[in-house]
Amino acid sequence: MAASPSPSTSPTRAPAHAGVALDLATIERSGHAHVHAHDHDHDHAFVEPIPWKTGEVGAVSPLDVDTSWTPAATNGSKVRSSTEREPKKAGGCGSSCGCASAAPSPAPKKAGGCGSSCGCAGGSSYGGASAPPAKDAGAMQRAAASRIAELASILGIGTPREEARAAADGDAPSKGGAPPKGAPPKKKKLDPKLPGSGIPARKSIRILVWVRRAAQAGFFSLFMFFLFQTSFRGNFAANADTPVRLPYPVEAFLLADPFVTAMTLGATHQVYRGLLWSVGLLAVTLVFGRVFCGWICPFGTLHHFFGWILPSKKGRGAARVEANKTHGYQRAKYYLMYAFLLASLAGSAIGGLFDPICVAVRAIGLGVIPGVQYMAGRVLGAAQDVPVRPVQHLADSTQDALSTTVWQSHQFYFHQTWLIVALLVAVLFMNRFIPRFWCRVLCPLGAFLGVFARFALFGMEKDHAKCTDCNLCLVNCQGADSPQGGVKWRQDECHMCLNCESSCPEDVIKFRFLPNRKSRIGVPDLQRRTLLASAAAGAAFIPAARIADSLDVNYHSKVIRPPGSVEERAFLERCIRCAECMKVCPNNALHPAMFEAGVEGLWTPILIARIGYCEHSCVLCGQVCPTGAIQKITEKEKLGQGVPPVKIGTAFYDLGRCLPWSMGTPCIVCEEFCPTSPKAIWVEEVEAPMRDSKPGPDGTEPAMLTVKLQRPHVDPSLCIGCGACEKVCPVQDQPAVYITSVGESRSKTNVILLENTNYNQS
Amino acid sequence: MSDKDGKDRPGEGLPSEPAAAPVSPMFEPPSRREVLKRVGLATGVLAGSAVLGRAVWDKGGFGVAAGQGARQVRDYRLRDRAPEHAELAIAKGKEGEAVSADALVRRAVDAMGGIKRFVSRGDVVVVKPNIGWDRMPIHAANTNPDVVGAVVQLAFEAGAKRVVVADGSCNDPQRCFQRSGIWRKAYALGAEVVLPASHRFRTTRMKGEILDEWPIFTTLVDADKVINVPVAKHHNLAKFTAAMKNWYGVLGGRRNRLHQNIDVSIADLATFMRPTLVVVDAMRVLMRNGPQGGNIDDTKVMNQVFATVDQVAADAYGATLIGQHRDNLSFVKMGHERGLGTMYWEQLRVKEV
Repeated sequence: MAASPSPSTSPTRAPAHAGVALDLATIERSGHAHVHAHDHDHDHAFVEPIPWKTGEVGAVSPLDVDTSWTPAATNGSKVRSSTEREPKKAGGCGSSCGCASAAPSPAPKKAGGCGSSCGCAGGSSYGGASAPPAKDAGAMQRAAASRIAELASILGIGTPREEARAAADGDAPSKGGAPPKGAPPKKKKLDPKLPGSGIPARKSIRILVWVRRAAQAGFFSLFMFFLFQTSFRGNFAANADTPVRLPYPVEAFLLADPFVTAMTLGATHQVYRGLLWSVGLLAVTLVFGRVFCGWICPFGTLHHFFGWILPSKKGRGAARVEANKTHGYQRAKYYLMYAFLLASLAGSAIGGLFDPICVAVRAIGLGVIPGVQYMAGRVLGAAQDVPVRPVQHLADSTQDALSTTVWQSHQFYFHQTWLIVALLVAVLFMNRFIPRFWCRVLCPLGAFLGVFARFALFGMEKDHAKCTDCNLCLVNCQGADSPQGGVKWRQDECHMCLNCESSCPEDVIKFRFLPNRKSRIGVPDLQRRTLLASAAAGAAFIPAARIADSLDVNYHSKVIRPPGSVEERAFLERCIRCAECMKVCPNNALHPAMFEAGVEGLWTPILIARIGYCEHSCVLCGQVCPTGAIQKITEKEKLGQGVPPVKIGTAFYDLGRCLPWSMGTPCIVCEEFCPTSPKAIWVEEVEAPMRDSKPGPDGTEPAMLTVKLQRPHVDPSLCIGCGACEKVCPVQDQPAVYITSVGESRSKTNVILLENTNYNQS
Repeated sequence: MSDKDGKDRPGEGLPSEPAAAPVSPMFEPPSRREVLKRVGLATGVLAGSAVLGRAVWDKGGFGVAAGQGARQVRDYRLRDRAPEHAELAIAKGKEGEAVSADALVRRAVDAMGGIKRFVSRGDVVVVKPNIGWDRMPIHAANTNPDVVGAVVQLAFEAGAKRVVVADGSCNDPQRCFQRSGIWRKAYALGAEVVLPASHRFRTTRMKGEILDEWPIFTTLVDADKVINVPVAKHHNLAKFTAAMKNWYGVLGGRRNRLHQNIDVSIADLATFMRPTLVVVDAMRVLMRNGPQGGNIDDTKVMNQVFATVDQVAADAYGATLIGQHRDNLSFVKMGHERGLGTMYWEQLRVKEV
């Protein structure tokens, strides 16, 4: 039997593959379900049992054994050993949770949230309300009471403290499971509208839930505001010589991102400037757990929203309860996170592809905002043509307002941005099937914070005994962190949204500082082999990508990095593909690379001069870069006052396409736009022969004319590669002057001229 | 309706042998009313699509050729040229004297008969400076902000309802407007500063010689009075530019191909736009490396502002400042030949103040 029980799970549990939906009838017929499960294991010989899938992660093993009560006591179904898993999805009972000891009742339990008994280790769930039919309620309760007493003594829950409190309240029965209605265990006002016992959550929690919602809305708005402000809009109050800077720290969310810090730390062994702020977020996590995920993260809020709005009819009720249980696939994010960290150790911060803030900036900034702008432009443009003055005026002023607050004064386009948007839509759509799919399954930042959540001072404690299995906590759970009674809380998965305590009608869940840790699991339950394999894959990916010919040899001529970028290898160590630089670029010059920079350079910034050129005096991309892939250079450093100027490439003429060179037509727009002083493009005055376009008299050969022309040339020692010439070249499709990356000042190898390699001096 | 019933399900309800007796309800023919309904519905859908198709039918081809017609003109000039006033007023600061742009503008405009001659109470006045480049005032690539400010101030003093300052820049407009100093200056004086946003451009048929259909910066033409406030400077292709070339700022779209015939395009634009008044900034003049400049050594302080009602004369006179001659400037000659003004500026009533 290859599948040995993993150390973190109950040794008494039979190894069974979690994903296998066992058919209840088959089991019953087979008479020996153990064999059945065993058969399945042969199919998946190397698969470790996935305890999360069964919801059993937190199942407390002694309990499982000792408190299992015979099914005879419930409904006379077959006696089953505690090693058996409960069949998945039997009617409304649908619990794949294998409550190892709770007797599974084939008959559906009461409708409502009770659809699954989810590993409530011992059926502490029976307060009477959810008793299966044909059961004697009194007997049930007595059985429950005795079991719970036992349970409490083993677990230490419902503990002396609890008892003492109960005694003080003069309310002894509170110990015996859920109290009957009308006999509140505490002096709480019962709300008849609430389900279950109707015990309202603590006022502080109810307030905190609203505070959380406000925080989510606020942080999301702040994020969007920063995104809208990631664009220089000018300032009527600024002097002519005021340096052009953004008024807000628009990259703040990235600076607070400890996963970004960890990646760049791994790659560069340094923490770049503002990234030190991420220690603050780490500190918050160490106190409160993953509050970032539940309270702050704008991408998380987006998924929270879509998880709330998107579920189909089938995604509600029991199905949602099922989806919100802890599942094995949630481990994927940890494996991803470790793979990315190892990749950064190997020299590439590719984890930015999955960092939620990067994804949000990239997808919303490069896809959603320009897309909405495009649509709004069409609609409002049509409104402008309506021959009614108020309509025109409204359309005009709306466009004015939008172009000065939300987007720019002209439409922005981004290279191959469809893929970025398609992936955003895909992860948002996944909320239909798995609420907060991104946060639970993919998010490496969430995983990173999850690793540290174990140290959090704030946390949950549960009184399992009071749980009636109503599953209201699960219905509202964001992190799929097993808030329900009978299993241990997964602190590493919890988003600290407090929905569970707020929705619990039975006083089971309590969030507090320095909680009792008896019923929590804080350490991500990872499988060592998978972990090692994914980490190794991450580390191996970088050299694998680099032996493809995109970096050391055959460097792509169109990989033109923003001004102030560090050398390419260092650039890849730092660039997290957050797209801040592309969003802020005033000329729409910076674009997410597809495969120009190799597979490793996906969505790193490249300059596409045909769409926009590098504005001569602009250093905004470096200002917003959170990791220093683009350094925060000043105008003086960029323009080369006292130092050599920053060159990002060199311009070349395609003489066959150039109007003065090959078509006898004056032009030199390139020379006019060349921003350097003295200009890198100079013109040679020539008198060139040109054939008349009309034939001569009597059909003779057309006459030869002489035209005065200015023919442009590039001085490569002055050219900074800004691409203004390429942008304005009137040869529309394939310009007669274009820039390539050669001669970029950041590289000591990608050079043309001998004197460019001046690294021996200074 | 019986749509569902009508759907035959093969093999179901079908007796193995034909039954003589009552027809199965599954095979009852529809009623006449039902038949009419169904046929009518199908006919209606067909008729509807036929009508729609005919209405939006495209016969193919490129359509009718662009219609001919008179050239479009936006004429903001005054009717009378007031023989008692100067037609070209040149205000010069004395050698070595620190003179304010404001004073020079006032002197020049006063010599033309005062701003009240040009701007009436309640007018919407558009001031069109050159804000083409991301250069600071000292580089003299854009109009001096003080000159712009003086013109705005004058317009308000004459009772203008609104003064709008706008231009279509070459570089990033936000940067050009801020770093030229014009935004701050004009805003402080209460003018509306309008940056070129794509929604403000409307395709217009100018019917010029080479400029036919182009996007036009509507803000610049929606006005009662238009004051052109260019900067005099060198231009590598056109040799010298000031007033007439300043109308490039009216155009949107890809202006780069205009350079193939820059002189005709300038003449076309000057034909289209006829300003009320031209106030040329020659406080500091870019002598070389125009139009963008960027090197202070290429500029020369001239402390001069001249005002005129004749944009051709403005360019013809301005060219002398950088040592050019009108005979070398084809666009000036074209403007003269088209009757937009005179290139013999000496023949105007010139007043030096």
